[in-house]
Amino acid sequence: MGGRVEFVQGNEACVEAALYAGLDFFAGYPITPSTEIAELMSVRLPQRSGKFIQMEDEIASICAIIGASLTGQKAMTATSGPGFSLMQEGLGYAIMAEIPCVIVNVQRGGPSTGLPTKVSQGDVNQARWGVHGDHAIIALTASNHQDVFAVTVDAFNFSETFRTPVILLFDEVIGHMREKLEVPAPGEVALVERLKTSVREGVDYHPYLPREDGRLPMSDFGGVHRYNVTGLFHDMWGFPSEKPEVVHGLLRHLVDKIENHVEDVTRYREYFVEDAETLLVSYGSAARSALHVAVNRRQRGERIGLLELQTLWPFPAALVREKSRHAGYVVVVEMNMGQVLQSVKAAAERPERVFLANRVDGVLIAPADIQNILRLIQGKGV
Amino acid sequence: MAVKEYIRERFFPHIWCPGCGHGVVLGGLVRAVEAIGLKKNDIVMVSGIGCSSRIVGYMDFHTLHAIHGRALAFAVGVKMSRPELTLLVPMGDGDALSIGGNHFIHACRRNIDMTAIVMNNKVYGMTGGQYSPLSGYGTMATTAPYTNIDQEFDVVNIATAAGATFVARTTSYHVQQLPEVLEEAIRHKGFSVVEVMSPCPTYYGRKNKEGSAVDMMERLKNTTTPIGSKAKRENPSLIERGVFVKKEMPEYCAEYQKIIERAMKGN
Repeated sequence: MGGRVEFVQGNEACVEAALYAGLDFFAGYPITPSTEIAELMSVRLPQRSGKFIQMEDEIASICAIIGASLTGQKAMTATSGPGFSLMQEGLGYAIMAEIPCVIVNVQRGGPSTGLPTKVSQGDVNQARWGVHGDHAIIALTASNHQDVFAVTVDAFNFSETFRTPVILLFDEVIGHMREKLEVPAPGEVALVERLKTSVREGVDYHPYLPREDGRLPMSDFGGVHRYNVTGLFHDMWGFPSEKPEVVHGLLRHLVDKIENHVEDVTRYREYFVEDAETLLVSYGSAARSALHVAVNRRQRGERIGLLELQTLWPFPAALVREKSRHAGYVVVVEMNMGQVLQSVKAAAERPERVFLANRVDGVLIAPADIQNILRLIQGKGV
Repeated sequence: MAVKEYIRERFFPHIWCPGCGHGVVLGGLVRAVEAIGLKKNDIVMVSGIGCSSRIVGYMDFHTLHAIHGRALAFAVGVKMSRPELTLLVPMGDGDALSIGGNHFIHACRRNIDMTAIVMNNKVYGMTGGQYSPLSGYGTMATTAPYTNIDQEFDVVNIATAAGATFVARTTSYHVQQLPEVLEEAIRHKGFSVVEVMSPCPTYYGRKNKEGSAVDMMERLKNTTTPIGSKAKRENPSLIERGVFVKKEMPEYCAEYQKIIERAMKGN
C-alpha cells in the first residue's frame, strides 16, 4: 500500500474515508458520540474547497445534504440515536426522490436520550424501518478502523450506484476507540462517480426513467435540464402522479433496485466458519469480542467460527443460511434485545438452534459474557 | 422573454381554488424574474408542502418540492453548493412559521442569499381549514370551532428580529407592488423575506365570514396601507405594506469563501 498510516478514532477513520471517496459537502448538528466527525469535517473540507455547515438541528442537516447532492455534490451527515430519529423524514425523502447521500449513525444507548456516552447497537431495526412506508435501504457497519474506512467508501459508492441514501451504523466503541488505520493511496480503491445524463440540452430528459440496469443518469440542479423533484409519487419527469400504475412501478423500482442486488452490496468477514459446530454471528464492536472467543476456543480445539456481518441491510439472508447450514448452534452476539437475531432466525434452516448472546447495559459485551452464554447453550452451566 | 416562457403550461389549469391569491403570487414572481432577466437554468425554486408549495410545479425552473417546513434547509444545501444560482423559496404561513419556524429564523440569522416568500393566507388550506400561527386570536377554523385563542406571529417583526437583511410585505391585491417588491428582494444580496397576504376564500374566508373572493381582495386593499402613511397614523390597526428592512450584512456564502481561503492558507 502506498498510503499513510494513522493512529485514529473510528470517527476519524470515517472522515478519512469520506474525504477519500470525494466528499464535497457536510451538514451536521453536534451529538455524542458522533461529534468528532462534524468537528473534523469543519477543518478538512474547506481545505479542499468543500463545504461544511452546522445546521440548526438534525432535520435541517439531512435536508441540506439532499439539497447539496442535487447539485451533483457528494454529501454526508453524521449523528446518533436522537438525531437519527429526527432524520427519518428526510431519509424517506432521499429514498423517494432517489438522491445519493450518506448518513452516519454512531449508535449510543436508547430509547430517547438514553446513554449518550455509552455503546449500543439498538438502532439496527430503526435503520431498516424508521422511515414510514415501504422501501428498501442499505446499511453497513464495521468492527475495526480499516473496515470502517472500507465500508464508508462502499457507502458512497453504493449511494451513487443505486441513487439512494446509505446508512453507516457504527457504535460508540468503534467511534471512539483508537487503532491503526492505513489510508490507501489515491486510486488504490475504486470510486463510483455520479452517472450523468448524456441527453443534450433541448432534448426531453426523463430524470426518473431508469436505464435497463436500473440506474438513473442524473442532471445536476443548475445544469441544462430543468425538472421537478418531489417526495410525492411521481412520473418519469418527476411530476406528481397518483396513477396506480405509476405508483406501483415507482415503489417496485425503489425496492427492487436494492433487493435485487443483495449480493453486490453484501460485505462480510468469516473466521473458521467452514467446519464450525458453533457459529457466532456478530457485527460492529460486539464482533471484536466474538472473534476473541472464537480464536480462543479454536486454540483449545473447539469447532467454533464467526460470521461477521458488515452489510446489515438488505439483510444477507442467503449468506447466513449457507454459512449456518452445518452448525449445531448459531449464536448471535449483539448489543440490543435481539434485532439481528430475528433476521438470522428467519434466514436459518433451523431457527430453534439460533440463540442470543447480548448485553444491553451500555457496557461493551466482553468475551467472558459470550463464554457464559455459550456454556449455558451447550448445557454446561455457568 | 414572454411571461409564459417561465411556466410549465402543460400543468395548467392549476389546483388552486377559485379566488385563491396564490396564482397572483406566481404571476408576480414570473414578472420579477423577467424584469431582472434571470435565466431559467440559473434559478432553483424550493418549496415545502401545502397549497402554496404547489407553485413549484408550474414554474419552469429547477424545482424542488421538499418536505413540510423544511424548504429553507434544502435551499441552504443547494445555495452553499452552487452560490451562483438564484434561490427562490415560496412557503405557506404554517409551512414557514409553524413546522418550519426554526429553519426560518436560522436562515434569517445566517443571511444566506435567497428569497423567502411567505404566502400568508392565515390558514392550513390543503388539509381543510385549520388555524395556523398566523390566523390570529378570535378567528374561526375547523380546529378552532369556539374561536382561536392562539396569538399570531407578525412575519415582518419575526424576520426583522431574526436578522433578515431584507424584509417586506405586500398582498395579492397589490399586483403592481408585488413584482416590484419581489424584484428588489431577489436583487438583494442576503436573506430576503417577503410576506404576501393572500386570500383563502374557501376556508379562511368562509369560516370567518369574510365574504366572496372579491370581498376578500377588497379587504386587503382596505386593511393595509403604505409604511408610514397618514392613514396609519390615523388608524393604527391598518397593516403596513412596503420594504421594512434593507441593510448590508456579510452574506453567508461569500463569508464561507473566506473560510476556504483561510483553511487553504493554513494547509
